[in-house]
Amino acid sequence: MTVDARTVSTGLKVEVNQKPIKRRHPSWWLGGAAIALLVLAFLQVLVTNANLQWPVVAEYLFAPEILAGLGRTMLLTLLAMIIGLAIGVIIAVMRLSQNPVFQWVSISWIWFFRGVPPLVQLVLWYNLALIFPELTFGIPFGPSLMSLDTNAVITPFSAAILGLSLTESAYAAEMIRAGIQAVSGGQTEAAASLGMSRGQTLRKIVLPQAIRIVIPPIGNDTISMLKFTSLVSVLALPDLLYSAQMIYARTYQTIPLLLVATLWYLLLATVLTFALSRVEKRLAGKSTSVVNGAGRGWRDAFRITARKEASL
Amino acid sequence: MQTQPLLIVDRLSKSFGSNQVLKDISLTIAGGDVTCIIGASGSGKSTLLRCLNRLETPDAGTVYLEGAPVGMKWSKDRLYEMSPKELAGQRRAMGMVFQGFHLFPHLTALENIMQAPRTVKKEKTEDARGYALELLDRVGLVEKAQFYPHQLSGGQQQRIAIARSLAMRPKVMLFDEPTSALDPELVGEVLWVMKSLAQDGMTMAVVTHEMDFAREVANHVVFMDAGYIVEEGAPADVLGNPQHARTKTFLSRVS
Ligand SMILES: Nc1ncnc2c1ncn2[C@@H]1O[C@H](COP(=O)(O)OP(=O)(O)OP(=O)(O)O)[C@@H](O)[C@H]1O
Ligand SMILES: [Mg+2]
Repeated sequence: MTVDARTVSTGLKVEVNQKPIKRRHPSWWLGGAAIALLVLAFLQVLVTNANLQWPVVAEYLFAPEILAGLGRTMLLTLLAMIIGLAIGVIIAVMRLSQNPVFQWVSISWIWFFRGVPPLVQLVLWYNLALIFPELTFGIPFGPSLMSLDTNAVITPFSAAILGLSLTESAYAAEMIRAGIQAVSGGQTEAAASLGMSRGQTLRKIVLPQAIRIVIPPIGNDTISMLKFTSLVSVLALPDLLYSAQMIYARTYQTIPLLLVATLWYLLLATVLTFALSRVEKRLAGKSTSVVNGAGRGWRDAFRITARKEASL
Repeated sequence: MQTQPLLIVDRLSKSFGSNQVLKDISLTIAGGDVTCIIGASGSGKSTLLRCLNRLETPDAGTVYLEGAPVGMKWSKDRLYEMSPKELAGQRRAMGMVFQGFHLFPHLTALENIMQAPRTVKKEKTEDARGYALELLDRVGLVEKAQFYPHQLSGGQQQRIAIARSLAMRPKVMLFDEPTSALDPELVGEVLWVMKSLAQDGMTMAVVTHEMDFAREVANHVVFMDAGYIVEEGAPADVLGNPQHARTKTFLSRVS
């Protein structure tokens, strides 16, 4: 049946090439104008407020002390993440093992290191010598094999790495566990039916898929870790923040030096965010994984993971 | 034909909670046999198949592979549970093909086939690759070697899954409804591969709803209902001239 003017209730028929006039959004313009005004006001403050002392910011932005602090912040972030993830994988695998002792160790580990604030941990680790003046390795109630002076082992740097990486390990363990659980049981059964051992299945089949699922949350954690490293200033460890603090303790130029630190933190966070979104795009384009059912992409898998995490 | 049956199932029972799914199942599969297991949904077909390679642990009864109990071993007249490693060794001899394929999504078709020979048998890469390409040719998918599972159709994925199992050179192949998840037009290509396997003398246990396949390829058909084997025998008898009322009802419903 062809459409003609009589078959259309309004008596007007739409021509083939006729496009409707686009909807207008006056409210968008109103909102946009209001926000533009606020941004302008904010920029005016940034530029005209003499207390911000932009010339001083420029003077210290590339100061050797600041750059050394920046390097230490990056090193702390990197080491804490690597060690935290390595421990996290072990704790996650223990959590999912059949062995109740392993499960119990894993649960307690996560309970402790997720429960104690990182700042408290940093100070505790740094003062370890007050609890254990000597670190002795040996058999309980038996002979000791090796003994170390705690003060020689615990430096501000090692205390910082301990506090940050152990906190990270608890969060990483939970993420990796969720990632492993998001890989469907069919994968494990298929591997078992091929005669693969549990360890081989974990290494060759399950973890490679789980890692793809947890890369986005691990990226987020890295950005959090970057900011958490600023806590180490309580240990007088000259990271980015503490280096800035040391300078303004001398020169009383508090605000401009905090701005220097702020700018560097923002730059690092931006670079990490950018790198993360590149990795995510590549993963999304490349392969999809079968996760808890046939044919689901890893993006859906991640949504499952995210939801699981949210409900933890 | 071998003198000793390849697989013997002896008085197998299995319950999930209070639900007894397998009740005293006994079955013999000789080398070269193609046994089709049919029955209504929930009758225990998958559970029986999964008990054969011990993906499921039976509550009672024994499966023997070439005369040796699966998952258990005798030592000084005492029966011990096998270590996971010993069990893995027995599982290698029993290839399994699943309804949902379960290909490894992070590996290409070729890598899927090479993975187990490489990690389990420690085969050299060239050897594993050579045999994998041979198997790909056998299932008619050489040109898809470098494709990832999600780039393949369901029928192609299932054929790769069959090749993956064959790569371990199993003595028997277990199929759990290999075509049930497929679009109707893709069923034929998978059945064609299974038929060619049967013609080459592979021992097969196939859970299926494809009655034509059972009639044409099987030399033994087992009808299960509510955890029992109700009727078994040659396909012409069980499918063509069923003796039990339940078999008749089931067959009239599926065909
Ligand atoms: N892991 C399990 N836990 C609890 N119950 C189970 C489990 N696996 C199977 N069952 C139950 O056992 C019974 C038999 O299941 P099984 O999968 O063996 O049937 P099936 O004959 O393969 O059916 P289908 O044709 O639907 O695949 C069903 O009632 C099912 O709900
Ligand atoms: Mg089934």
